[in-house]
Amino acid sequence: MWDYTDKVNEHFHNPHNVGKIDGPDGEGQVGSLACGDALRLMFKLDDEGRISEAKFQTFGCASAIASSSALTDMILGKTLEEAEKITNKDIADYLGGLPKQKVHCSVMGREALEAAIYNYRTGKKWDKEIEGEVVCHCFGVTDKEIEKIVREHDVTTVEQLTNACKAGGGCGNCIPELESMIQRLTAEEAAADANDGIRPMTNLQKIHLIEDVIDREIRPALRQDGGNLELVDVDGNNVKVRFRGACSGCMVSAITLKDVVEARLKDNVSADITVEEVK
Amino acid sequence: MRTVYLDNNATTQIADEVREAMLPFLTDLWGNPSSMHTFGGQVKKYVETAREQVAALIGAADPQEITFTSCGSESNNLAIRGGAEAMDKTPHVITSKVEHAAVSGPCHYLEDRGFRLTKLDVDAKGRLDVEALQREVKAGKTLASIMWANNETGVIFPVGLIGEIVHEFGGIYHADAVQAVGKIPMNVSELPIDMLSLSGHKLHAPKGVGALYIRRGTKVKPLVLGGHQERGRRAGTENVPYIVGLGVACDLAARHLDEENTRVKAMRDRLEAGILATCPGARVNGDPASRLPNTTNISFDYIEGEAILLLLDDKGICASTGSACASGSLEPSHVLRAMQVERFAVHGSIRFSLSTYNTDEDVDVVLAELPGIVNRLRELSPFV
Repeated sequence: MWDYTDKVNEHFHNPHNVGKIDGPDGEGQVGSLACGDALRLMFKLDDEGRISEAKFQTFGCASAIASSSALTDMILGKTLEEAEKITNKDIADYLGGLPKQKVHCSVMGREALEAAIYNYRTGKKWDKEIEGEVVCHCFGVTDKEIEKIVREHDVTTVEQLTNACKAGGGCGNCIPELESMIQRLTAEEAAADANDGIRPMTNLQKIHLIEDVIDREIRPALRQDGGNLELVDVDGNNVKVRFRGACSGCMVSAITLKDVVEARLKDNVSADITVEEVK
Repeated sequence: MRTVYLDNNATTQIADEVREAMLPFLTDLWGNPSSMHTFGGQVKKYVETAREQVAALIGAADPQEITFTSCGSESNNLAIRGGAEAMDKTPHVITSKVEHAAVSGPCHYLEDRGFRLTKLDVDAKGRLDVEALQREVKAGKTLASIMWANNETGVIFPVGLIGEIVHEFGGIYHADAVQAVGKIPMNVSELPIDMLSLSGHKLHAPKGVGALYIRRGTKVKPLVLGGHQERGRRAGTENVPYIVGLGVACDLAARHLDEENTRVKAMRDRLEAGILATCPGARVNGDPASRLPNTTNISFDYIEGEAILLLLDDKGICASTGSACASGSLEPSHVLRAMQVERFAVHGSIRFSLSTYNTDEDVDVVLAELPGIVNRLRELSPFV
């Protein structure tokens, strides 16, 4: 039994603005029968460019219906620029909160609004472009979408991610990949925050990020020359590394150390990083 | 508001007779059946009477073939884990794709420990791929755990045939009969079944008691160690009040079997026919030719099960759904998915399961309320 708020129950039992509009200015549909929820949103604008009428049709559970109803209430009287600012969290808040497994219902509301506004502006049907690589095959969620969700929702666990966009909620095969994506993204975020002086990175985050930068940005370059690099230790901002393969006997390894390894880590982790070679 | 309880495959009302029979063991007769003194020892005969009552309902040849457990899930675990570990050669574990989690859980546990596991398919009507079983049993000594009747659709598997095939190559056959016991007649002594699980709360006893039938000669390694109770198959002082309750419930079930297959079946059939006649875009999931008398599983096109359930709930009607939205996970019913029911139809599936406590009025209430609910949700749906 879900613990729905009174507001969710109210909007589910007596949804506002159900139906279709003849000749809408904007129309958007997201979700599908197979996913278990889908939402079609239509709106009409008045002479001042404000939403004067909004209607929805939803296939889905109580919270999907309530989220749709809330969304139509929220956008009425707003300009498109104002409506665009509504986030899925605003929809959930308007309903007094949603059970965490149902957050994706409010995300669907946000997406339908985006689709309808896109339709108004371009005259085209909003086809969610498949941008990036599909990571979760059960629900067709791409790495780009996951990145967006992780950043916007401060996601730190796979469970939170699944609740927000369903990724990882099917067969579960992609969960290890989702875990490493979340780890990388949160470490990058922490680095950005630290550089902006918002909040310092923890040692663990820093180490993860250094490993990640070495893996993605440094090793591939060294490998081209038959070399490699091993992370030995991280002591504050002092990073100790050991060259491997062709690099270990290379005369220019000192230059590589400063120009490649240290430069990349300064760019991506912290400006205060120094790199030291251990033999 | 009147409660119309049509979710009897989930749990059932405790029969008055069962509760009454249990009460003395919660008041005066609280002794330990293993005690040497009369006060405790006198309780033992009630446990043994219950054992006879359970044996009689399922047709076991000897009451000693009944082991009391804490629930159907424990019975399944004991049969599958205990059964596999007691076999002299590491068995090939064969099960179906539509089992309850209490069977698939221990099967996967064995798979993780190196046992070979095969999960048999079902067809669109939920019928077992018996030919696949015939092929698979040849691959080595088998421990098969294949249910008697499905909890979601009510589809009944041909347990006699399954057991014959398994036995032909020297395998052991366990049937999870939690949904079948008390609903259809059975006589395990005449069937090629080595172990059979049953659960108290599915047949009007309380939650917290179950039993495993273990045919004489079948070896099972106990899961709970440290006591002589239940002939060493399950340690722990007997849960006397609940065991007594289970016995009385089995006795009642034996007496109600006819009614289950006549009056209850007629109510189910009227409910099903009425829904199909009044709700367009509704279809039955599962083989109508081989189904429990009390269960119907119906998919409603273009609407979602949780929404249907909540609106039924407003009218006091209790049912259940295979929709992912109601489960807390995002995966819809594995049973309907295994039957290749389209994903959207799984999301819109509702199970009604009746018992002898239901009345014609209950069916009337559903038939009066459901078409309006379906229409209302269809009006909301973008696909209609």
